[in-house]
Amino acid sequence: MSDYMTALPEIFLLSMACVVLTVDLFLKDSQRNITYLLSQVSLGLTLLLTLAYQPHGTQLAFNGTFISDLMSVVLKCFVYVVTMGVLLYSRRYLQDRGMFKGEYYVLGLFGVLGMMIMISAYSMLSLYLGLELMSLSMYAMVAFCRNSKRASEAAMKYFVLGALASGILLYGMSIIYGMTGSLNIIEISRSLAEQGSSVGVLLGLAFIVVGLAFKLGAVPFHMWIPDVYHGAPTAVTLYIASAPKIAAFAMTMRLLVEGLGSLQADWQTMLMVLAVLSLGLGNIVAIAQSSIKRMLAYSTISHVGFLLLGILAGTGEGYAASMFYALTYALMALGGFGMILFLSRKGFEAEELDDFKGLNERSPWFAFMMLIILFSMAGIPPTVGFYAKLSVLTAVVNVDLIWLATVAVIFSVIGAFYYLRAVKMMYFDAAEDQSELQPCLSFRFALSANGLTVLALGLFPAGLMALCAAALNG
Amino acid sequence: MNIEVWVFLTFSLVAVASAVRVITVNHSVHAALFLVLTFFSCAGIWLLAEAEFLGLTLVLVYVGAVMVLFLFVVMMLDVDTAPMQEGFTRYLPLGLVIGLVMVAEMVLVVASPKFSSEKLSNAVAHGADYSNTEELGKAIYTDYLYQFEIAAVILLVAIIAAIALTLRKRPETKYQKPSEQVKVKKSDRLRIVKMKSEQH
Repeated sequence: MSDYMTALPEIFLLSMACVVLTVDLFLKDSQRNITYLLSQVSLGLTLLLTLAYQPHGTQLAFNGTFISDLMSVVLKCFVYVVTMGVLLYSRRYLQDRGMFKGEYYVLGLFGVLGMMIMISAYSMLSLYLGLELMSLSMYAMVAFCRNSKRASEAAMKYFVLGALASGILLYGMSIIYGMTGSLNIIEISRSLAEQGSSVGVLLGLAFIVVGLAFKLGAVPFHMWIPDVYHGAPTAVTLYIASAPKIAAFAMTMRLLVEGLGSLQADWQTMLMVLAVLSLGLGNIVAIAQSSIKRMLAYSTISHVGFLLLGILAGTGEGYAASMFYALTYALMALGGFGMILFLSRKGFEAEELDDFKGLNERSPWFAFMMLIILFSMAGIPPTVGFYAKLSVLTAVVNVDLIWLATVAVIFSVIGAFYYLRAVKMMYFDAAEDQSELQPCLSFRFALSANGLTVLALGLFPAGLMALCAAALNG
Repeated sequence: MNIEVWVFLTFSLVAVASAVRVITVNHSVHAALFLVLTFFSCAGIWLLAEAEFLGLTLVLVYVGAVMVLFLFVVMMLDVDTAPMQEGFTRYLPLGLVIGLVMVAEMVLVVASPKFSSEKLSNAVAHGADYSNTEELGKAIYTDYLYQFEIAAVILLVAIIAAIALTLRKRPETKYQKPSEQVKVKKSDRLRIVKMKSEQH
């Protein structure tokens, strides 16, 4: 396959994003549905292209700076599906608030392109450029609602901290480049295996880990997450909370495992500190939140802790568990934030926990869907969250880090409290707000499918798990 | 010593001296002008290193565009420099520590085997027919094509974001519509009222 064929999905999505951008200029405000449909079709076709042109085994392109392997194919497909869900869920919310503009969709597509570039990057340069493409799109989307002071503040914080994190990451990359003489991941790992660890390499590694922790939102570099998730319009929060986590996982895998794999002993300790702090702070602070957006933001931080646990185990089993966790977490976050959009209506934001009170009376079916999603985030069987946590913990126990697994379990139990409190509110409290639920049929259908997938993957996790294992060990 | 060493020493001395002046001079316009001088000397050094394209871009982009904007801002904002100078002794220890850390890091990288003197001594001067710009172009459009295109997409996103965030329609603003103004007829604007003449 030629280089261009290997990167066909990226090239296609880029062209389609430009088409959407141009078509949108000629549409009246009443015809924005065309932009929406065109964006969905672009993502759907990109999904088909990715599946149709996936290489047998690993394929490198563009002088070894682009990689297409099973891991990239699986992660990309999840990114498309999750983003299609995001666009579907957010449509009515945007329409109700006068934010149903082409920019949301164009920036959303460019963000997906950034994620694809990150997932397929096999050189630090393309990895960084993909990250910047994704982040720039997300900064602009957070600031999208200009009249909201809260959103502007969130965008400002996100931009400044994100730029700082990019700077730190870039500094780490430049030190590693200085030490190894190459930007290509494969050359870096070869050179490091030869020369071993030294002060300079460790310094670069430390900067890279800090940059990654910022982007993932691990404690103590998590400060932006609650404010941004809370301040951004919920439709944008849904976007930045779901698919980018998959891309961040890919970035961590490419940089730490594939590039700096020979320094595993060094980054294992760093990730351990990050993971324990994230698990602790995320789960404990979430209890004190009254806003569900902030609560889910802190829950994200604790999930990042779990994600790091799998990676720091440093075995194929751990990486596969971590990949499984990232994929299923994206689905859970999609469902969780989707539920907030589901309950919102014109002039009303369902972003307080109290807004979920008595949901069972209003809609037993969707209360059940939310129950599945919350159970899954808490890690209660038979949902997929349980299996994801279990496989990560098994991987950690298998490398004799039993204390770490114990800490993770204790904090998960503490964390289960606030998920169960939300469940209690839905089922046992009287509804304060009895108004009819308005969402259209497609939204209802998609959210139900989302909830049921979380349940079904929990009952039959073997297929996806085998896929993750094959992707990382193949 | 040949002429190149003298040129290098002159440019680098001017660059270092003016960089020091940037942070020691009191007047902010003077500081900006010293920064221009630093950039200019660096551009000279780059030319000496056969990086003609980078040297010229430095002059065009940084000196020509960025620093002019910078000067505009400095001149338009009435910055009171006195309070900024108060913290000098307070921040000096921290600044020194950060400076030392940065020097140490640079030493670590430059002292690594990849930059050892036997590898660097291989560099040979190119003839007059060698074009640095052409070589850069070749590298960018072949080896780095993928990254170059991504950089272009990033710029496109920056344009979209900047327009989306700043373009706003103001309903209260009255715009001129020349096409409609030209098409106006007498009957649209003028009303002829017939009145009886009054008798005294």
